Formats: sequence, structure tokens, C-alpha cells
Amino acid sequence: MTRIAEQRLPVKKEAWGSRLGVVLAVAGSAVGLGNFLRFPGTAAAHGGGAFMIPYFCALLLVGLPICWAEWIMGRHGGQRGYNSCPAILGVLGGRRGWSYPGVLGLLIPIAIYMYYVLIESWCLGYAWAYLTGSIDLGDDPTKYVEGSEAFFGRFVGIDSDGLMLKSGIQPSVVFWIITFTLNFILIFRGISRGIEAFCIRAMPLMAFCAVVVLIRVLTLGTPDADRPDHNVLTGLGFMWNPKGVDGGAWYTSLLNPETWLAAAGQIFFSLSVGFGIIINYSSYLKKDDDVVLSGLTAASTNEFFEVCLGGLITIPAAFIFLGAAGTVGGTFGLGFNTLPVVFEYMHFGHFVGFLWFFMLFLAAITSSLSMLQPAIAFLEEGLGLGRKASVTMLGLITALGSFFIIYFSKGLVALDTVDFWAGTAFIFVLATIEVILFSWVFGVERGYEEAHAGAEMRIPRVWKFVIKYVSPLFLLVIFVFWCKDNLPDRVRQLKEGEDGGVPLLSVMLLGVLSIFLLVLIHLALRRWKNGLHAAPVICPHDGCGHANQAEATYCAQCGRALGERTTRPPKPEPAT
Amino acid sequence: MTAGGWVFMLCSIGLVLALVTFCFYRVLSKPSSAAHMHAPLEIDTKDRET
Repeated sequence: MTRIAEQRLPVKKEAWGSRLGVVLAVAGSAVGLGNFLRFPGTAAAHGGGAFMIPYFCALLLVGLPICWAEWIMGRHGGQRGYNSCPAILGVLGGRRGWSYPGVLGLLIPIAIYMYYVLIESWCLGYAWAYLTGSIDLGDDPTKYVEGSEAFFGRFVGIDSDGLMLKSGIQPSVVFWIITFTLNFILIFRGISRGIEAFCIRAMPLMAFCAVVVLIRVLTLGTPDADRPDHNVLTGLGFMWNPKGVDGGAWYTSLLNPETWLAAAGQIFFSLSVGFGIIINYSSYLKKDDDVVLSGLTAASTNEFFEVCLGGLITIPAAFIFLGAAGTVGGTFGLGFNTLPVVFEYMHFGHFVGFLWFFMLFLAAITSSLSMLQPAIAFLEEGLGLGRKASVTMLGLITALGSFFIIYFSKGLVALDTVDFWAGTAFIFVLATIEVILFSWVFGVERGYEEAHAGAEMRIPRVWKFVIKYVSPLFLLVIFVFWCKDNLPDRVRQLKEGEDGGVPLLSVMLLGVLSIFLLVLIHLALRRWKNGLHAAPVICPHDGCGHANQAEATYCAQCGRALGERTTRPPKPEPAT
Repeated sequence: MTAGGWVFMLCSIGLVLALVTFCFYRVLSKPSSAAHMHAPLEIDTKDRET
């Protein structure tokens, strides 16, 4: 046995402390900036209230079915002693070759983390600016919009590359260092003491901040007496009134395929399916821990933040003060350019602005934490590294990648490119692989049976048909249309070396990272040998019964030797 | 805001609120939910053996 294996076997397996903890951690992973900024804009632009019909259909046909499949896959892999996406795909597929596509389950969260932690630090920076009053859009209300755009541009260094590192360290870099360090401190503390303990506190706090902001928005009345048509009701109406295509009857928006694609895309990204995160989180469950109710609760919590809070705050607030023109601009435009203008107009705007950006920061950090754990799990079980070594190695990789995004800040091109490929395209691919593997290779009947081990409620039988036929087809259709709309421009961008070649450099960064991770998976497969497909070794000790990897010598749960009733050998005393 | 807007808004929010309330009620009504579900190992202190 290699030295690496000897180091790894006695490592104690991590586990969730409570069901509420795992539900809030998964929900925290799903709730992010998209719930508050992307959803309202997408809904308002695609039929308003009518958008909710395809939205809920997509939740039932794509979101929830894939969510449940990922929970089942994760718990199944965890019961064989594996927590990382490559290992779990290998276990489910029955062939070692299935582990290689699992590289996406590592690449996606790592690559997204590289830029997401930067956006997270912007939220913290804005919250601090509102708390200390250092955000100033000028005294002339007609110049608020220009002032807001200028503030954002200065903060993120949008005008030229390397701006954030010129003439000393800029405030946004300080916030990035704070955010990055905080993430790694929490992740170093582990699943239960780090991620779970943080999410259990952060999620209610996030809801509290959002409710306070919501109350402020709903009590705005008619802030400008000269424009009586801009009030709370018209703001809500702009978001929720069902609208048809080109002013037609409202149901015409349902006949437009784009509305359905937008709804499916929103649900898909909002629930964080296809990231490899749910698989990793659910692998820390025990054999009889419920996955049906837990998965449904996590998804419904995400919907609560998206529909009940995001749907009532962002667009109505922007419309009340800025009219229809203020409701467009995408996630960054709405979040970092438009809303600061809204807060400037609003009474108690700076306090509300602080609560809003602090809430976005909490939403972002609960998501970014979840992006680190899959890779750490892989480094621990694939290379036999300890927690400290895994965290250090991942910290170096993500710091380098994040530094790349910070340096190439001009027009946020590097961030946008990594988001396009890793944060959108690869997610479609991984989700499709997962669904096909689960329903066609692992077997939907077997999956359905596994789902109900310890379950407090049953999944309707129609789920078997949906996950086998409807979800893959739905994914494929969305992906084809998405490629048709986006891919030609992106490929041309790479071919012609636009934006100073930064998009090409960003894609090369993803390529190098992919190759590096594939090599690690190859090494891990040599280490796992045939253990992926062998029956797990059940710990014989009373009160444990944990299922361990086939080649394990010590129980990963209780640390005792698997072959005999002895306790783990004590650490040797250092030589004096 | 039109009547249709009210209907879509109230139905959407009502549906999500009902779902999330039902789910959390079921999760929190189980004794094991808030407490640690991974019980510590049983330790036989031999107290009952005389």
C-alpha cells in the first residue's frame, strides 16, 4: 500500500450535524445573486406574471426531478465511502471511465468560485460603503445614474486591465482578500463546524435583511408627487401584470418558445443543478437520511427567496424611481448600477442599501462555500491529502485564477468569458451527463427505490418517466437553442482574438485547469483501483455501521479498525 | 396593477409560501431535525452488570 493510502485511511469522515443544517446548506448554495437580480429581470422581460406558468412547469419537469436525482446519486456514492463527483459518477456508472466526465464536477465549482468570490467581495465592499457613507453619487439627481456607473467602474477597474493593482492596493482588492480568506477559514473548519454552522446562521439573517428591504419597498407609496404613475402598485404591476408579445393578449407570451427557454434556464441555474455541489453535499448523508423531503425543502427555500422576495423587491423598486428604463441592464447593471441610484432617492436609502448588499454578500458566501467543498473532498479521497493540505492546494489554485480575473478587469471580459463557459455551457453538459447516467445507466427503477430509503414522503411515480425522457429532452432542447443563440459570437471572439485576446487566455486557463484535474482523476483512479465498484465495508462496531470504501482499513466514521474490534492506534509521540 | 397581475402574484407567492411552510413544518416536526442526527457511539459503561 502506498504512503498516500496509509495517510488517508484513518481520516475521520465528515457528516452533517442535522437535517436542518444540510437543507439550509443546500438552499444556501442555490440562493445567490440570480435569485434577486436575474429572476425579476427575466420574468419582467418575458411576460411578467404569465412567465410564472412556464416557470413552475420547468420547476416540476426539470428542476425538482434533477435535484432529487442528484440527492440520490450523492447519498448512494457516500454510502460507498466516496464524496467527490468523479468517484460517485464512477460508482454509479459501474465503469472507471465514468469518472473522467466527473472532471466537470470539479472544474465548474472551482472556475465559478474564481470570479464569484470577486463579485461577493463587491457586495461586501458596497455594504461597507453604505455603512460608512463613503458611497457618493453627487448632489444632482439627474447625474445619479452617471455617478453610480462611475463608482462601479472605479470599484472594479472596468476601464483598463491591471487597474486594481496600480498605485497601491485598491479598496476592492482589500475586500477580495477579506472575502477570500473568510471563505477558506470557514471551509477549513469542515462540513459541520464550518459550512453548516455558518449556513444555519446566515440563511435566517439573509431572510431578515430581505424582509426589511421588502417592507421598505412596499411602503414607498408615491415618492415623487410630480409622477403619480410611479408608485408601489405600478411597480408591482410592471413586474407581475401578464403581458403578451408585442402588446398582444397575455397568453401570446406562452406561445413564444423564448419564454419557455428563459423559464427553464432560470430554474436550471437557480437550483444549482449540474454544478456537482448537491451530489457532494448529499454524499455526507447517512443511509437512511431522507433525501426526498430534504431535496424538496431546499428547492422550495430557494423558490421562497426568488419568487417571494426577489420578485417583490428589485423590479418594483427600480420602476418606482427610474421607470421602465431602470429595470433593464442584466444582473450587474441592475444590482450595481441601478439599485444604488434607487437607494440614493429613497428615504433611509443608505441603511436599506447596506442591508441589501449585506444580504447579497450572505447569499453569495453561502454559495461560494459550496463551490470549494467538492474539490476538497476529491483531493482528500483521491490523493489522500489531509484537510489542511487540500485547503492549501485549492487555495493556491483558486487564488491564482481569481487573480487572473482581477488583473484582466477591463470590461469584465475575463469574468464574462469564464462565466459563459464554466458557469453556463459546462453546467448544461454535466447536468445532461448526470441525468443520462442516472436514468439510463444506473437505472431509474433502482434510483426510485433508493430514493425512498428513510424517506418521509414519496416521489410521484411519474417522476420516473420525467427523469428518463422529459428532463434529458428538455435539457437538450434548451442547450441546442442556447448554443444557437450564443456560440457563434463566442467562437468568433476566440478566433479573432477580440478584447486583446483576453477571452482566449481565459479559455486557455480553463483548459489548463481541466487537464490538471484530469491528471489528478487518473491518479485517483489508480489509487482507488477497483474499489469504486466493490461492495463497501460495513463497520462492525456497535453504534456505527458506517459503509466504508472497499479498500479501507479503518472506519471513516468512528476511526476504529474494520477488521477487528480495536480502536485507532494512537499517534506516535514526537521524538524528544 | 391589473386584476391579472394580482392573480398571478398572489397565486405564485401563495403557492411557494404554502410549499415552503409545509416542507419546514415536516422537517422541523421531526425530533431529529434540530438535534444532531448522528448519534454518538454507544458506550457501554457496564453499570448494569453487577
